[in-house]
Amino acid sequence: MKRFIGFVKKEFYHIFRDKRSLFILFGMPIAQIMLFGFAITNEINNVDIAILDHSKDATTTEIINKISASKYFSIKQMVNSEADIASVFKKGQVKAVLTFEKEFSKNLIKDHKATVQIITDATDPNTANTISNYVNAILQKYQKELNKDLTITYQIVPKTRMVYNPELKGVYMFVPGVMTIILMLVSAMMTSISITREKELGTMEILLVSPIKPLQVIIGKVFPYIFLSVINAVVIVMLSIFIFNMPVQGSFILLGFESVLFIISALALGILISTISATQQTAMMISLMGLMLPVILLSGFIFPISSMPMPLQVISNIIPAKWFIIIVKGIMLKGVGLQIIWKETLILLGMTVFFIALSVKKYKIRLE
Amino acid sequence: MGISVNHISKSYKNVKALQDISFDVKPSELFGLIGPDGAGKTTLFRVLTTLLIANEGTATVAGFDVVTDYKKIRSNVGYMPGKFSLYQDLTVEENLHFFATIFGTTIEENYDLIKDIYVQIEPFKNRRAGKLSGGMKQKLALCCALIHKPKVLFLDEPTTGVDPVSRKEFWEMLKRLQQKDITILVSTPYMDEAALCDRIALIQEGQILEIDTPEAIVKHYPKQIYNVRANNMYQLIKSLNDYEYNHSVYPFGEFIHYTDKRKDFNPDQLLVFLKSNQLSNIEITETVATIEDTFMELAK
Repeated sequence: MKRFIGFVKKEFYHIFRDKRSLFILFGMPIAQIMLFGFAITNEINNVDIAILDHSKDATTTEIINKISASKYFSIKQMVNSEADIASVFKKGQVKAVLTFEKEFSKNLIKDHKATVQIITDATDPNTANTISNYVNAILQKYQKELNKDLTITYQIVPKTRMVYNPELKGVYMFVPGVMTIILMLVSAMMTSISITREKELGTMEILLVSPIKPLQVIIGKVFPYIFLSVINAVVIVMLSIFIFNMPVQGSFILLGFESVLFIISALALGILISTISATQQTAMMISLMGLMLPVILLSGFIFPISSMPMPLQVISNIIPAKWFIIIVKGIMLKGVGLQIIWKETLILLGMTVFFIALSVKKYKIRLE
Repeated sequence: MGISVNHISKSYKNVKALQDISFDVKPSELFGLIGPDGAGKTTLFRVLTTLLIANEGTATVAGFDVVTDYKKIRSNVGYMPGKFSLYQDLTVEENLHFFATIFGTTIEENYDLIKDIYVQIEPFKNRRAGKLSGGMKQKLALCCALIHKPKVLFLDEPTTGVDPVSRKEFWEMLKRLQQKDITILVSTPYMDEAALCDRIALIQEGQILEIDTPEAIVKHYPKQIYNVRANNMYQLIKSLNDYEYNHSVYPFGEFIHYTDKRKDFNPDQLLVFLKSNQLSNIEITETVATIEDTFMELAK
């Protein structure tokens, strides 16, 4: 036990004396959460649009006023002819152009029908889609106001209600994902680097020719990072609560327990990586390419798993991050307890045990 | 006790690093492995410290088999690898403390063993190991390898890259450790250090050329060696190499070590030859063989 404590103490010296890594360790979670929370978002706000109004009558003016009054759009300029539309798009000044046909008001009254064209810049398809939906919504609302005296028989009224994230805030989706990425990165990359560093510097040779047991080395390496990762997890949750007002519906204790479980599985992966890489650089590359990319792309963090092709859906099952994201979303947003997420927890637990067993088995007691 | 090596062979992919190596090191003997870089010294150390498994042969260290009893060897030997292998970001004291702890002992318990060495680095005990000079690093590494009072000490090229004064001090320390019943196996590429060992093994290309005391090895040298000197060193080497009766020509400090093929060689004949090659101030004197001469002769 004294040996183990001595070893852990040494690990903490390494961590606290490497100021640069320490800065990355604690600076990264904050920077990432801020980035994803504020900058990278799929909500639209103050999108610049242009208007081509051929009719310039009372109705179109009213519609334009309604659009510019919403917080989603700001009308950047008025276009005078069809020919100008292409040039404003090319300049990239606006994301969408609304074209009202000639004699809009008159047509509406006479024919009970008038058209408005929404042209969007689909170089960014998601934004284009969102813009057209929002404009549609505004037009529909206006139409309802016009028809308020009218009663239409047989009417289907869809009433959409968004649950768990009623305001459709992007940050709600990103927090579990960012938490997963950070914990994975800190745990797996840092441990794999710290073990390969011993190999690279030759200190592993001396450690091997000593009575210290492989399990003591592995746990001694992992222990400080469990501690640091837990701090990171707490920082992320605090930031999301206090800065983004994200609610935590479920139990903090359960969230903490699940996080520790995920951290341990990531650490075990880190040890596994260190057993197959000889240098710190290889360890870092494998961690980044082999862990980060799948975590970002296949865990359901950014792209929904259900819309992936079948083979990728199958592969996503072996990624621990996928299960952890489901668990975190469940606890934070839906407030579910262990009775709902026991299956995911069990899978994560199984993976963790498997990785630890494999890494202890693969740990080399000699140089070859 | 000591070390016993029986017919050890070890090869990496295509390279035969060790070929049929056998020797014994007696308890509390200071045994030297002398050979150039790439001779297989480090591989042999790694086999004996249980870091590598030999392809053939057996070996015991302190009475334990290197394969089956590797755990016992690991707690009973001290190993100082050729490359400086301590934690550079830990201070001198922290390094020593760490190694004492993982060997289940304390600095105080075995302080008398390392005292002579440690007092020299103690003024720098709060300095990071990475910031020490070469000699200091080696002294610290030796302290760390000794802190658990090992029965056998393995030192792989401990004085490479160390200044001459520190080298001398280092060897004096080894002599003192020997008095404390520690068996020492040390490797070095420096022939002058070989003379300080009780016995030495000359090793080259994975094979042992000869094992004996340094005195005996020198005595076995078959020929009379002459120190030759002249006004132009370069011309002298060239001329001697062209001389049809030469057996060996090696530069050795300010002299050339020369041996002749003939049994009834008379230095005057060489003098005449060298004079005819436009050399002046020629000096030819008899000298005794060194370990380096022996090594060169055996490695021929």
